[in-house]
Amino acid sequence: MTPHDDRMLLDTPFGSRVQAACELREWEPWKGYASPIAYEDMELEYFAVRNATGVFDLTPMTKYRIGGPDAAAFLNRLMTRDVGKIRPGRVGYAVWCNDAGMVLDDGTLFHLSRGDYRLCAQERCLDWLLTSALGLDLTIVDETAEVAALAVQGPTSCAALRAMGLEGLEALRPFGLRHYPFDGGELMVSRTGFTGDLGYEVWVAPAHAEALWDALFAAGRNHLIRPMGNAALELARIEAGFIQAGVDFVPAEQVVRHGRARSPFELGLDWLVDFDKGHFTGRGALLRERAEGSRFRFLRLDVEGNKPASESFILNKRGETVGHATSAAWCPSAKRNVALASLEMPWGRPEDELYAEIYTSRELRWTRVEARCRIIDGPIWDPPRRRQTPAPNF
Amino acid sequence: MTDAAYDALVVGAGHNGLTCAAYLARSGRKVLVLEAGERPGGLAATREFADGFRVSAAAHLLNMLSPEVAKDLALERQGLAYAARNLKTVVLPGDGRQLAIDGDRLEGASASDQAAFTVFQRQMQRFAKVLNRFCMRPFPRLTERRGRDNWLLAKLAWDVRTLGKANMRELLRIGAINIHDVAEEKFDSPLLKAALGMDAVLGSHMGPRSPNTVYAYLHRHLNDGGQGPALVRGGMGALGDAFAAAAEAAGATIRYGARISSIDLTDCRTAGVTLADGSAIAAPVVASNADLKSTFRLVGPLNLDAGFVRRVHNFRARGVTAKLHLALDGLPEFPGLDPADAGSRLLAATTMDGIEGAFNHAKYGECSPLPVMEISIPSVHDASLAPPGKHVLSAVAQYAPYALKAGWQAGREPFMRSCLERLEAIAPGIGEQVTAAELLTPPDLEAEFGLRGGHWHHGEIALDQALFTRPIPGANHYATPVPGLYLCGASAHPGGGLLGLAGRNAAKTILAGEAAS
Repeated sequence: MTPHDDRMLLDTPFGSRVQAACELREWEPWKGYASPIAYEDMELEYFAVRNATGVFDLTPMTKYRIGGPDAAAFLNRLMTRDVGKIRPGRVGYAVWCNDAGMVLDDGTLFHLSRGDYRLCAQERCLDWLLTSALGLDLTIVDETAEVAALAVQGPTSCAALRAMGLEGLEALRPFGLRHYPFDGGELMVSRTGFTGDLGYEVWVAPAHAEALWDALFAAGRNHLIRPMGNAALELARIEAGFIQAGVDFVPAEQVVRHGRARSPFELGLDWLVDFDKGHFTGRGALLRERAEGSRFRFLRLDVEGNKPASESFILNKRGETVGHATSAAWCPSAKRNVALASLEMPWGRPEDELYAEIYTSRELRWTRVEARCRIIDGPIWDPPRRRQTPAPNF
Repeated sequence: MTDAAYDALVVGAGHNGLTCAAYLARSGRKVLVLEAGERPGGLAATREFADGFRVSAAAHLLNMLSPEVAKDLALERQGLAYAARNLKTVVLPGDGRQLAIDGDRLEGASASDQAAFTVFQRQMQRFAKVLNRFCMRPFPRLTERRGRDNWLLAKLAWDVRTLGKANMRELLRIGAINIHDVAEEKFDSPLLKAALGMDAVLGSHMGPRSPNTVYAYLHRHLNDGGQGPALVRGGMGALGDAFAAAAEAAGATIRYGARISSIDLTDCRTAGVTLADGSAIAAPVVASNADLKSTFRLVGPLNLDAGFVRRVHNFRARGVTAKLHLALDGLPEFPGLDPADAGSRLLAATTMDGIEGAFNHAKYGECSPLPVMEISIPSVHDASLAPPGKHVLSAVAQYAPYALKAGWQAGREPFMRSCLERLEAIAPGIGEQVTAAELLTPPDLEAEFGLRGGHWHHGEIALDQALFTRPIPGANHYATPVPGLYLCGASAHPGGGLLGLAGRNAAKTILAGEAAS
């Protein structure tokens, strides 16, 4: 269990190393832990993850261990996708909804071994998991504090990890899992991440966390490895086009006002909804939505110019507000000014002319532009190495 | 409808299930009722607990039966007969005092209490009449509000409005509060107040000071027209038989000894049921007379949304009512009571505080050391129930919590003793007359009648589980989240008691749903 009642933000098991590396001392709270916004320079960290290797401490991610005879059936009823297709040793991205078909959270499901799962999510959701377990035979344990994790992401990440001794890692396919002995214990490596690039996540018991950090940075020196904070990760995930709970949608359990939650369809996650797999929570509501139409459309927009459309209204040709940007950034590697946006139906059709209303200040002089937006169809940042197996050796 | 052998299956041959089956069959549907037990009626049952002694196993007095259902099903033609009607209620505190309620007449109360009671009765009857109208038709859906819902809502508002300003204000004032405060405000006699308190808490995990007990009181008097209860000739099982005969006369088939192991779905729609012997019966509609929790256990949590399962789980259905049956070798003597009144509805209670005190123990998982009881000696009116010269006593005893802290293995004897002590106090020497005794605890009722939690009304009759929220949001208009699956028992609006309205309304909803699809 994670201690919630401590008043000080907690250090992760990498705390001593993170503090030593964090020159800027800019922290932000993340689920009760102190998490660096940036270590030295956010831009250097971003370019490290795109051109070499960035290391991100993702220990505060909520982690649940789910096992028992009904675990697979439980997860299949919890999630909108067919969990049965995530075989042992594989990882899958998934969302889960409440009865109204509104998204509670998204996350990754690790099928560690047959019937033994780890669910990694942004939000705490033990109450919902226990609710979903009523009448079923399984165990759910919050192991957030029992598992330390580093995301090792970027083109040289595989080479850096191999230099640390993880032999044969290049053969690991995207969304695959591997175990290595380490420091008298065990490392679990998954080829997963939140940057849309070649990358891994390394999972370890807290006792081996410092040893992992030291070994990784020693081995990665020649691969230009560097720790990265939240700001660089945020830029990389927008460039990858990934949505973030609490930013691009409000988790349905936290919504207070009527109509503010979003369904998977309204977040562009249609591909995660499988009506043919049998019942799951929200199925009836989502079937109705499919028949009657959604209220919102989620789009990735290419905004003219280089001013980020952060928190911008999205306007139609007549200047009427038809939506807003939920995340936005100038993405240096994709060389696009990207906005993720939620639009009211029916707006966002291919023929619609859309504009982002962007306010910028230069030395207290504000300017307002209406920048033309074009809908991005397909990925924004999608280097071939992301999917190549064996992973290229940079 | 499809080419399945049956148009609809009914789970359980309780009176509501049979009512539902009868209405569906009358409309030309092929209906099969599946009953796990060997007899119809559910909680309307007669039971021989000792050689030659028969008694109503659960409900023992009839005061709520819907006149419309009785007429539609021609229950009297199907064999329903009464051994006595309009029974007096007599409160026996055990100290020689007594108070009797005969319609709106009191015996043993002051003139001022009599005057106040006449006004109170008249007002309660007006409220019950309005409430009864709410119970005769489906409740409007307040969130969807389609055309028909607006119409129903307008009718509902009109019904309340026709009470007149003063009555409407009074209903809104007392409708959600507790019977203790209302009785204290209106009456002096502790025995009269105890009688009202008993009416409000029988069958419920509530004391007279619990919120909503005025609503529970109104619910009890929904259909009695201010009259006392009736005794069914042959015990309540005869009522079950009449309902079964009515369903069969309408064309429904009843199969006994058919325990259902699952309600089956195909493509997330109702497809039929599987019986404990493994055989499957297909039908596009299943109406469940089983309680809410049992019904959705048969469906299985994996076929339902998690939030819905949580609501089912949280449905308040903690039984606190036990049933005591005594075989007596003579008619007991109640000091101060005219022997001619021994067949009345007798209440063993002293004051509202006494009832509340008895309830306090139930809150903490203990039985009441001084239980309160509703007693009937039906053999006074119906000689068929006991051997000549002998009598049978039936008592509804509270409070006996389902989840007894000490466990019922250890708790049964002490509670039986407490009940007998209470009886001894109001009828000295009764203990000597007992030749056989039986106590049905809430777990016994659960096992005998398949009631999860052993609650007589399937679940508390309180405002959060009544009217348009009964039993729970998402299953509150007979239809459930599973297309083709309906609730037709006491779990559904208007709730517990031998009314028949849940079955009737469910049938109407099923037929309307068919017409709409």
